[in-house]
Amino acid sequence: MNEILVIIGRLSESFMLNCKLFILTLLFALPLGMLIAFGSMSRFRPLQWLTRTFVWIIRGTPLMLQLIIIFYGPGLLNMPFSWPSGQSGRFVAATVAFVINYACYFSEIYRGGIESIPVGQYEAGQVLGMTKKQIFFHVTLLQVIKRIVPPIGNEVITLVKDTSLARIIANKEIIMMAGEYSNKGLIWPLFATGIYFLVFVGILTILLNWVEKKLSYFRV
Amino acid sequence: MAILEVNGIEKSFGNIKVLKNIDFSLEKGEVMAIIGSSGSGKTTLLRCLNFLERPDKGRIIVNNEVIFDAMDPATQKESELRRKRLHFGLVFQNFNLFPQYTVLRNVTLAAELLAKKSPDFKQNKKEIIKKIYDRGKMLLSQVGLSDKLDCYPHMISGGQQQRVAIARALALEPDILCFDEPTSALDPELTGEVLKVIKGLAERRTTMIIVTHEMDFARDVADRVIFMDGGVIVEQGSPQELFGNPKEERTKQFLAGYKSI
Repeated sequence: MNEILVIIGRLSESFMLNCKLFILTLLFALPLGMLIAFGSMSRFRPLQWLTRTFVWIIRGTPLMLQLIIIFYGPGLLNMPFSWPSGQSGRFVAATVAFVINYACYFSEIYRGGIESIPVGQYEAGQVLGMTKKQIFFHVTLLQVIKRIVPPIGNEVITLVKDTSLARIIANKEIIMMAGEYSNKGLIWPLFATGIYFLVFVGILTILLNWVEKKLSYFRV
Repeated sequence: MAILEVNGIEKSFGNIKVLKNIDFSLEKGEVMAIIGSSGSGKTTLLRCLNFLERPDKGRIIVNNEVIFDAMDPATQKESELRRKRLHFGLVFQNFNLFPQYTVLRNVTLAAELLAKKSPDFKQNKKEIIKKIYDRGKMLLSQVGLSDKLDCYPHMISGGQQQRVAIARALALEPDILCFDEPTSALDPELTGEVLKVIKGLAERRTTMIIVTHEMDFARDVADRVIFMDGGVIVEQGSPQELFGNPKEERTKQFLAGYKSI
């Protein structure tokens, strides 16, 4: 009985790493995605081409590979830059990889949302003497947000589960922890990790539904 | 004195010349209807006046001030155009109301954003905002929507939405109010209520340019009618002249098509 509690305690502790990675990724990737979206919609062709190529590379390769390259790359290529040593370095590298990866996915969702707003909305703002900035913030932004909540929600839920990929560069997240037990022949902790993810995603789902409901007072 | 003078406006999209040497003028308080088949350039002309398209050639003069000259880049700066386009108001075929704002907010938003830029806004904030909202309410009662102030656009009918759009365009007190086929997206039952509002504006001597397919309405409300075809003004005159006794062959053809329905 005591052993079970100890294992649950260690699983919970390691799940904190998943949670931290999740929160930091959202914190940085959501705004960074907006920047990338503006880059890929830029009328300055070279910038547009550069951003779209970058997005293609990031979306076109496995996140697992990106984690490995970002963590080991600087050392292997003898770059003057290196990650901090120990666990913190592994965690920072994982966060950077996740932020870049998710920002690219978010950017495409933003772009889709922005481009789906009817041109008449911009024109209505224009003939009323609004500046481009005013049109973006006062006319289109909220409509874009309403449209992208469902697809962003999808990505956010995927992110929860993707955080366990961080173990590939030896971050001690929950599945890695459970794996240590299964290697010793104790299999139930591995199954138990599913419950953690389910509960987390359950809470997120409720939150996302609440946001959708909050925005249901108008139609786009 | 002419409130609006349009001189030699031309506009091409790629190789297609949509407007060819358009000249006309408009007196203060005059209502002008522009008729013609689809693709004749009516809507493009209206969009040029509102700077949603930039004319390739020609000049637009309002109250003796040249507000656009294709030869003079100084008149084409974005900030200049933004200020000068306020001489015109535009009511769209598809209303284009802002869905996330109430009816009243749709009408007051632009005025408030403009007021924020004036230097004395901070001192008299309350007063200025109250004035804008009072005017918004007054305009909405003028178009018969006093009881819909707090509705969102999706909650009201197309005809009501278009009336909100008219109030919104009037909120900035344009010199010339333009309508781009204001009833084309409405079913016949709702068309009447919108036309009635426009007619009310005409009776109050609002200067208007109306692109329309409603021939009876054009004849009824306009002081002058322009018939466009293939990017040129084929004929213009009073409704009596143009509908009763068209001179050009093309005008006769077009009107005959309407009468035969």
